[in-house]
Amino acid sequence: MLSWVIPVAFALVTAAVAMNFWRLIRGPSLPDRILALDTLYVNTIALLVLLGIHLASALYFEAALLIALMGFVGTVALCKYLLRGDIIE
Amino acid sequence: MLSLAWVVLIPYLGAALVAGVAHLGRLYSAWAAGLTTLASLALLLPEAPATFAGQTLVQRLPWLPQAGLDLAFRLDGLALLFALLILGIGLLIILYARYYLSERDSMGRFYAYLMLFMGAMLGIVLSENVIQLLVFWELTSLASFLLISYWQHRADARNGARMALAVTGAGGLCLLAGFVLLGEIVGSYELSAILAAGEAIRAHPWYAPTLILILLGVFTKSAQFPFHFWLPHAMAAPTPVSAYLHSATMVKAGVFLLARLFPALSGTWEWSHIVGGAGLATLLVGATIALFKHDLKGLLAYSTVSHLGLITTLFGIGTPLAAVAGVFHIINHATFKAGLFMAAGIIDHECGTRDMRRINGLWKYMPYTGTLAMVAAAAMAGVPLVNGFLSKEMFFAEAVSFATQMRFGWLLPLAVTVAGVFAVAYSVRFIHDVFFNGDPVDLPRTPHEPPRWMKVPVEVLVVLCLLVGIFPALTVQPILSVAAGAVLQAPLPAFDLAIWHSFSPALGMSVVALAGGLAVYAGRRPLFALAERSRGRLDAQRLYHALLNGLFALAGGLTRALDAGSLQRLVLLFVLSAIGLGVVGFLGADTPLRGERALLPVDGVSLLAALGLIAAAAAAVLLHRQRLTALIITGAVGLVVSLIFVKFSAPDLALTQLSVEVVTVILLLLALYFLPQTSPAESSRARRARDGLIALVAGGGTAALAWAVLTRPYESIAGFFLERSLPEGGGRNVVNVILVDFRGFDTLGEITVLALAGIGIYAMLERLALPGPTQDAQGRPWNWDAHPAIMASLTRLLLPLALLTAVFILLRGHNLPGGGFIAGLVTAVALIMQYLANGVAWTHARLPANFHPVIGAGLALALATGLASWAFDHPFLTSTFGHVHWPVVGSIELASAMAFDLGVYLVVVGATLLILVHLGLMHGASHSVPSEAERG
Repeated sequence: MLSWVIPVAFALVTAAVAMNFWRLIRGPSLPDRILALDTLYVNTIALLVLLGIHLASALYFEAALLIALMGFVGTVALCKYLLRGDIIE
Repeated sequence: MLSLAWVVLIPYLGAALVAGVAHLGRLYSAWAAGLTTLASLALLLPEAPATFAGQTLVQRLPWLPQAGLDLAFRLDGLALLFALLILGIGLLIILYARYYLSERDSMGRFYAYLMLFMGAMLGIVLSENVIQLLVFWELTSLASFLLISYWQHRADARNGARMALAVTGAGGLCLLAGFVLLGEIVGSYELSAILAAGEAIRAHPWYAPTLILILLGVFTKSAQFPFHFWLPHAMAAPTPVSAYLHSATMVKAGVFLLARLFPALSGTWEWSHIVGGAGLATLLVGATIALFKHDLKGLLAYSTVSHLGLITTLFGIGTPLAAVAGVFHIINHATFKAGLFMAAGIIDHECGTRDMRRINGLWKYMPYTGTLAMVAAAAMAGVPLVNGFLSKEMFFAEAVSFATQMRFGWLLPLAVTVAGVFAVAYSVRFIHDVFFNGDPVDLPRTPHEPPRWMKVPVEVLVVLCLLVGIFPALTVQPILSVAAGAVLQAPLPAFDLAIWHSFSPALGMSVVALAGGLAVYAGRRPLFALAERSRGRLDAQRLYHALLNGLFALAGGLTRALDAGSLQRLVLLFVLSAIGLGVVGFLGADTPLRGERALLPVDGVSLLAALGLIAAAAAAVLLHRQRLTALIITGAVGLVVSLIFVKFSAPDLALTQLSVEVVTVILLLLALYFLPQTSPAESSRARRARDGLIALVAGGGTAALAWAVLTRPYESIAGFFLERSLPEGGGRNVVNVILVDFRGFDTLGEITVLALAGIGIYAMLERLALPGPTQDAQGRPWNWDAHPAIMASLTRLLLPLALLTAVFILLRGHNLPGGGFIAGLVTAVALIMQYLANGVAWTHARLPANFHPVIGAGLALALATGLASWAFDHPFLTSTFGHVHWPVVGSIELASAMAFDLGVYLVVVGATLLILVHLGLMHGASHSVPSEAERG
């Protein structure tokens, strides 16, 4: 079953990534773009995990873990900037 | 064993000691300086008997034996003579300066500089390797700069010091070039080899440039015409400094080098004409100007210039006997000139001025000092029974015998006699103007004899002048013989040190000089009037200033031409020159752009990633005026780049890129807060078109280059590392093993730079408060809630998870993707998140606010890991590894490089936090942050 599920999943996630890029570039507001970037992080994690399953390798999961962690911090920092301007106060 | 190295090193240790004890009290520094000098002397003296027996002692300390570089020290007669002069007169100067310096002057600083200078001088005279000699040569320039500018509040002191440094420093560069040529000719930089290779050097086609470059170094240092002008300006130094630098040391370094290289370079037409010519010109110019100086120290300064010219002339004449006379005059000049400077210092000290038109008739007030000064001045004039007479007589005799050998040779004795006349005249002036010639004119204070111990150094020197002058064979003969023997590197010629020889031409010249000098002084008034009228016409320092101003103007013009303060312009120049260089590389080459490697198939994921990258990059360019938007899109670019790293099997790079990405975003957000939120459009349409074209060409060129490289078979050194990583580095992750093991020394350097950058940023930001905007770009006020509760609680939960990830990445870094750098960034980001969500006050209540110890501990750990391999007789940073069996976990490979990696980790954590938190505090310093209690 994996043989056809994985390509389908790849196609769907890739489509999501493309739409993320669209929103990222189009905006129009800053929260739109921040949200697009955050969703891009989420979809990238999905891509990496799919790739790991496809290649039967756990090597990519660290990258996915780090994206999960770092992406969150990036989003928090950007949101804090919108909220207060001064992010470390 | 290495006594000579210690002789040189002790003054340097002494400098630290002197500065260290300075706070205990004024006199401690003087005592420390004196004892240091005595210690150095005590180490030197046991070696002296062997030198007197004619041996040359060479001691070496292997430094970089692979490069043929050793620290080599040499003690022969010449070196011993100079070392004794430096240390002996140094001791007298230390005693004298203790009474000379006033309450306001810092004794610690003075004596510390003096010790630095003494060590450098000893290094020059005791070096066997000429490159090492040059290092000490430059150190004397630096130390003399500090000494001359000791009274930093005075503009003349600063200018004099700068001039001395510029002139002698430029000469030092020439000397370096000369030494390199000399080393290339001889095949060795060691004096033993150079001195033995005189024939080969003189016959070599490079002889003339080598000689001229070395002589430029010598002439600038020894204040030879036309570089003599810096010496009188150096008189702005405290008198003990002048007495030391201009009698026995600094300026004697030049003539020392003449003497040192005498067997290697002398005996040619070039040598006798350049050295003799410069010496003679200096002798005459110095002697003439000295007479017309009203400043006591100015007179002595030009007299020093003149006497240095005399010594240079003697070496220029080049006969063995002239060289002996040269060495003899070095000794004599050092003793009487040091004494005279000290006497001048006493007079200045007692009268409050050095102007000889005001200081008159001091005999009534200080007859004892007057007597001492008279004896020393008699030596300067060359009066019988004092040491100066003997060497001057030898000088006259050499001039006469040289004259008989050449056409127009009679000019030399004539010129020398004229210089002798002026020497007598200015010596008489020094005594008559100061001690007789009526009464003092309007002195700031009433002079009297100085303290007892201030006179002792002068007494010692004057007694030496007399002893040498009356009993030369008993006193100076042994040291003069070994020193001259070392200069010649050959058996000594027969010479007779006696007051009376016979009625010779030299005696006649002495008589003429004495009588003529008295006559010139008697008829001084019309001469002074003439000098007054022609003042400022002939001034060598004009040339210096013109040259220096020209240089500054050139540098300024060049800088302004290249850097108009516009970053765009600099980037344009940079990109254009890169394009130019790239195109030049392609011109004329007929290799095709595309290599012979077969292309790989394109897969859908890569294509999509590339398209996404291009789209995001293009969007970032188009939207770059909205700065926050551009930042968000750049974040996406970074994400895609790290995905590409994953695709091309570089997980370490991907992890690093991801961590750096978020740190960069935080850093830019911190800066963006203080900046305008949008960039105004400043460039015209035409200019944007031009820039776009240039960017296209540059980008296209880079792509073409990458295409050319990637389509060719490429043999890298990767195989070497892949093969050896596990057996030799004990790790399966080659990237990490390279970082912490194979190229660990690079990494150590890099983390040091990172630590320095962090501390540098901290130093610049400390106490800097900038006002931030009170509303956002749309004009809305900031939200009242600085730390929303949901965010704060969530991030607190995330902290342990993030730290666990960091530890995991750190530990497995040696074998699987990860390592200290990535783990450090992850930790830093996890902690920064607490600052973001909870605020500085909350975080600092739970976490130490001082990151410096973390950075320090990291560096110390990395360094200690490297040093530990020394304990096992392995080179620095050799790593070892082994297997450890842990219960439950199983077998684990542990490498010493992991301790090194932990050091890297700590430095990265500390430096990142230091930079980011202090950037954040820049605004916190200007407004009050709600405290934890207020927030509830």
